[in-house]
Amino acid sequence: MDISIVSLLATLIVAATPILLAATGELIVEKSGVLNLGVEGMMIIGAICGFIAAVNTDSPLIGFIVAALAGAALSLLFAVLTQYLLANQVASGLALTLFGLGLSALLGHRYSGIRPPSSPKMEWFGMAELPVVGPIFFNHDMMVYFSIFLVLMVWVFLKFTRGGLVLRAVGENHDAAHALGYKVIRIRILAIMFGGACAGMGGAYLSLVRVPQWTEGMTAGAGWIALAIVVFASWKPWRLILGAYLFGGVTILQLNLQANGFDMPVSYLSMAPYLVTIVVLVIMSSDRTRASLNAPASLGKIFHASS
Amino acid sequence: MIRLEPRTNPSQAMIILTPILAVLATMVVGGILFVTLGKNPFEAIRMIFWDPLLGEHAFYYRGQILVKAAPLIMIALGLSFGFRAGIWNIGAEGQFIMGAVIGGATGLALYPLNSFIVFPLMIVMGALGGFLWAMIPAFLKIRFNANEILVSLMLVYVAFNFLIGMVTGPLRNPDGFNFPESRSFQDFPAAHNPELWAGTGIHLGVLFTLGFVILAYIMITRHIFGFNVRLAGQAPRAAKFAGVSPNKMIAICLGLSGALAGMAGLFEVTGPAGKLTTTFPLGYGFTAIIVAFLGRLHPIGILLAGLLMAVTYVGGDIIQSQLSLPKASIQVFQGMLLFFLLAVDVLVNFRLRISKRNSK
Repeated sequence: MDISIVSLLATLIVAATPILLAATGELIVEKSGVLNLGVEGMMIIGAICGFIAAVNTDSPLIGFIVAALAGAALSLLFAVLTQYLLANQVASGLALTLFGLGLSALLGHRYSGIRPPSSPKMEWFGMAELPVVGPIFFNHDMMVYFSIFLVLMVWVFLKFTRGGLVLRAVGENHDAAHALGYKVIRIRILAIMFGGACAGMGGAYLSLVRVPQWTEGMTAGAGWIALAIVVFASWKPWRLILGAYLFGGVTILQLNLQANGFDMPVSYLSMAPYLVTIVVLVIMSSDRTRASLNAPASLGKIFHASS
Repeated sequence: MIRLEPRTNPSQAMIILTPILAVLATMVVGGILFVTLGKNPFEAIRMIFWDPLLGEHAFYYRGQILVKAAPLIMIALGLSFGFRAGIWNIGAEGQFIMGAVIGGATGLALYPLNSFIVFPLMIVMGALGGFLWAMIPAFLKIRFNANEILVSLMLVYVAFNFLIGMVTGPLRNPDGFNFPESRSFQDFPAAHNPELWAGTGIHLGVLFTLGFVILAYIMITRHIFGFNVRLAGQAPRAAKFAGVSPNKMIAICLGLSGALAGMAGLFEVTGPAGKLTTTFPLGYGFTAIIVAFLGRLHPIGILLAGLLMAVTYVGGDIIQSQLSLPKASIQVFQGMLLFFLLAVDVLVNFRLRISKRNSK
């Protein structure tokens, strides 16, 4: 069996990036007290819209921008349903996923089998030439570094800024936040749109870099795994990286085992990422008191101002 | 400015009116969608809603409607109990697959035994397969507090890969040409779920579905279990004081929905689908979620919603072939329906008040 650790680690980062992006967005959404289960739908809409934009403009950057806009636009549907029309968040999130999967298939049915423009690697002053460290850390496209930068920004925002404090207050106790004069609904809508934009970019990373082409239903549960990783991270930004890279590692390892003719049918190996996600969820949730301390207290609850 | 004012009691009229409103809104916006796709919207809407029921070839389509409605209704009935109690099994697709695989494998293991016992045994094993698959999230929720939404959904992908593993491995047709598919159940009379009356589309699964609708109706309106389910959903603390164990609720609701989904899978694979293949799951497990909500989680409502959704499936096939629209357009249509339903739902518990902005 021939598996190079260096290339394994390098591809692991690529496999983890879409999920890291989507999970970062969802973390902000959940911190504001909203549970959006539509990540999968927003990701796949981002995947196809970004793909269409990138193919037609020949620019991956425009692809990612369009994907973010498309994800945010779709999330706005969820925002209107849950924030203004007070719909059940679980059902609305599911609706978003079902709708997104259908719409993406409709938009994309002329785009399968096309190769998107390739995303250029970031230039790190020749550091990509370094042995071992180079290919692992300095030989990626822009979005890989952006995803980590985004986690950093989210951490700073939540921990050190006034805006972050307000967001967390809204997520912990929306009635108290409302009494203090914060616009609960406006803040939540902004958070939902941020989540949509991040999920859209994550989806576009799948179709533009990771795969890279468009196939129907290509997210294959990535959005749901991103949701699980937010739980795994106990709603702490830095742990998202750990969770996403762990998942990326499992995915890449099973792909490598498949490619190397490991003596096990491919379909059983393909179960691995999903099974690992379940195991991780079980471990993180089993301590009930800690799990409930970490989760935002108003998560999934409907807010309707009485006056 | 429009303001929402809470109603003291949910509006009974709105409970019945809102699904109809949602369907109308979907027709309007769906029509706009068809215009943007460059098709005549009236023609498309007619093909989706009218032709399957009363059009020229409706005698053929009507049977198809029953074939598609039966699994949707059967799965949605099971889901509705959990949804009422706030237990979200969204992995019915996985339980559907496992029911088909386990039940189907039971039959295939007995090939070519031609005994009357084969098919009943397969039904039981199919239900058991779905039941056990649903007990995984139930157990993990009860014992480890793991979120049942995420676990049941992850298990859909596991089940799908398991199906692929089975049809490319142990269950591959030994007399076939190495295609990834099982032996056809049509060639195995004891395990076949045939159309009972030619042209009607009615197979044993359709009859079972009808029976379950009646049974579910009795359960939810007359039986203490139905009362407990409603209690657990609307007032969890009161339910606890009344002695309803939340853990037992989780196990029963997930197990029940799993068993029904598994049975639906078995009827589907031995009847309309005919054999286990990698393309056999059609997403009924996910569409059933829409059916459950559209039917207001009520057995009679689910029956009607399932039929309506089946009509859109058949109508979707018609527009696909006659207007050469992609298959996905009907999926968009169904997703839209759920959106509108959730949107107009607000009218059940709130009434709209129009007030002048400066009066505040």
